[in-house]
Amino acid sequence: MSTRVTPGKRRTKRASKSATPAGTAETAPAGEPVKTSYREAMRAAIHEALQRDDRVFLMGEDVGRYGGCFGVSLGLLEEFGPERIRDTPLSESAFVGAGIGAAMAGMRPIVEIMTVNFSLLALDQIMNNAATLLHMSGGQCNVPLLIRMTTGAGRQVAAQHSHSLEGWYTHIPGIKVLAPATLEDARGMLWPALQDPDPVLIFEHGSLYNMQGTLAADAGSVDITTAAIRRPGADVTLITYGGTLGKALTAAGELASDGIDAEVIDLRTLRPLDDATFLASVSRTHRAVIVDEGWRSGSLSAEVSARITEQAFYELDAPVERVCSAEVPMPYPAHLEEAALPQVTGIVAAAQRAVA
Amino acid sequence: MTGHGGFAPQAPAAAAHRSELLAEMLLIRRFEEKCVELYSAGEIRGFVHLYIGEEAVAVGVNQALTPEDNIVSTYREHGHALVRGIPVDAVMAEMYGKTTGCSKGRGGSMHLFDARRRFYGGNAIVGGGLPLSIGLALADQMRGDQRITACFFGDGAVAEGEFHECLNLAALWDLPVLFCCENNRYAMGTALDREHAQTDLALRAASYGITAWPVDGMDVLSVEHAARRAAEAVRAGGGPHFLELRTYRFRAHSMYDPDRYRDKTEVAQWRERDPIDVFTAQLREAGELSGDELASIEEKLATQIEESITAARAAPAEPVAGLTRFVYTPEPS
Repeated sequence: MSTRVTPGKRRTKRASKSATPAGTAETAPAGEPVKTSYREAMRAAIHEALQRDDRVFLMGEDVGRYGGCFGVSLGLLEEFGPERIRDTPLSESAFVGAGIGAAMAGMRPIVEIMTVNFSLLALDQIMNNAATLLHMSGGQCNVPLLIRMTTGAGRQVAAQHSHSLEGWYTHIPGIKVLAPATLEDARGMLWPALQDPDPVLIFEHGSLYNMQGTLAADAGSVDITTAAIRRPGADVTLITYGGTLGKALTAAGELASDGIDAEVIDLRTLRPLDDATFLASVSRTHRAVIVDEGWRSGSLSAEVSARITEQAFYELDAPVERVCSAEVPMPYPAHLEEAALPQVTGIVAAAQRAVA
Repeated sequence: MTGHGGFAPQAPAAAAHRSELLAEMLLIRRFEEKCVELYSAGEIRGFVHLYIGEEAVAVGVNQALTPEDNIVSTYREHGHALVRGIPVDAVMAEMYGKTTGCSKGRGGSMHLFDARRRFYGGNAIVGGGLPLSIGLALADQMRGDQRITACFFGDGAVAEGEFHECLNLAALWDLPVLFCCENNRYAMGTALDREHAQTDLALRAASYGITAWPVDGMDVLSVEHAARRAAEAVRAGGGPHFLELRTYRFRAHSMYDPDRYRDKTEVAQWRERDPIDVFTAQLREAGELSGDELASIEEKLATQIEESITAARAAPAEPVAGLTRFVYTPEPS
């Protein structure tokens, strides 16, 4: 699949079959809400990036002919061609590292790692190269690389396909970590992440792809530096991100019928953490419950808890509660998987303990 | 594979050129000998991996590269950096961890960088530089840029998964990469035949459909000839090429290494093939180098290296207040 281009001639922009981003209704006027899904919103974001910037290309396992393992890139190969929608061998280290090299050389690669589980095969490149090159080179070699990957459990795919390792990645200085949990963020985080001069990891929880909803037809970039209050409340702060946002919101609904007014914070940006938003919330509610699909020990929930303790200790009226995954490799049976993961009942119970 | 080993170099390179090759090898040798002294005196620290004995490889390959080409190297990269033209002062200052170093002191011996000269490290995870070379070459291919990427790594890297992933990808995508395998026969302390079931490393590369051949890495003219031939083929759109540069390091793996794993007679035998001594003798015999000329080269190098040490010692250290610089790119002001 040689794609050598005529020397000295930049590839010309391919004519687009449709000027409308995939996943938005073609006839809807700008600003009009249209039905879409998380998957379509993410596809629209990639589509927009490919259209707006010649340097952008998508690379990963089965992103082309297959259409992406989760169908995110379906149709993009036909529109943008195999050079920019680039199927790779099952060589995570090589193609992630290739993304780093291409980014250093001035391209804007979007590297898709099929799932976070396989990202471990590329951990050397992410940690030892992407995160360190700028520093090791004394500021000379920045890496404007975007890596997307699916994360999380909930589909009975057992111990090697159910990890939530966002917290691990947030440990690493030199990278940024995003977790879009809404249609707006699925649509709007990718372009600003691509504008970042440094490596950004986007974690897409597998349970979200089929999430349906409406989005403005002209929805675009969103801020990628702050947490968001998804539900205002006065009695307790539920702090979460990614795949457990929905559960936290459901729990808040149940708590409301119990007379407890829960505020729900979506961290959105996991590194660097926006401390100010959750600290301000805890300072209002004086109670915090952190919901994290990662294992409890050494998790992102531990970091958030520590920051609350460090910076808002005297605001607390109750110990910080955490609802995390049980410390077990993910079991296959549905009832055990359900028991291993944070669930609405557990979140409600934790909030009730906090306000008791 | 166009397999043949140790072919005769194509003469005649101009005498001046040969003299320049010698001077470049001597620069690396004298620079590193001074590093040993400075390390022993505690002036420079960290891991320091010496290239002594392997100089013909860096100098020979560099002849085939243009300033526009990319270089990706390893932690044993003083030689590659110096022949690339990173100033001696900047390399020495990096050894001292000073802000005037080529990586502003943040990298040290193992992480020499110079983006302006397209020198992309200084990569200290064995095999970890190969994927970078794939990406650099991919960017060039996608843009239609004419440059090639030279990627240096050792025989130890051939045992890493990244090596195989990258050779496959380079061949699959027809990328303009010149793979330069510096086979110095040891992966730290493990001998070649104790780390590889198949010790013909060029053959391993050839299994990916990559043109590959072994080269006498102790002879700078052989290396130059092979590198020119391979680089021209890559430049002409011939896809990746692979040189197995058979060489030997005379010193231990690093300054920490007591070198207990190899026979002293083996080292002595290889030292008889010292790329600098042998080449010097050849030039003398051919009447291309007088004793005065050699003394003049040595004197010039000694002065240059001494001046780099004086400058490095005097150079400012980064204030601790700057500790967390270069973690993220600063916002444009």
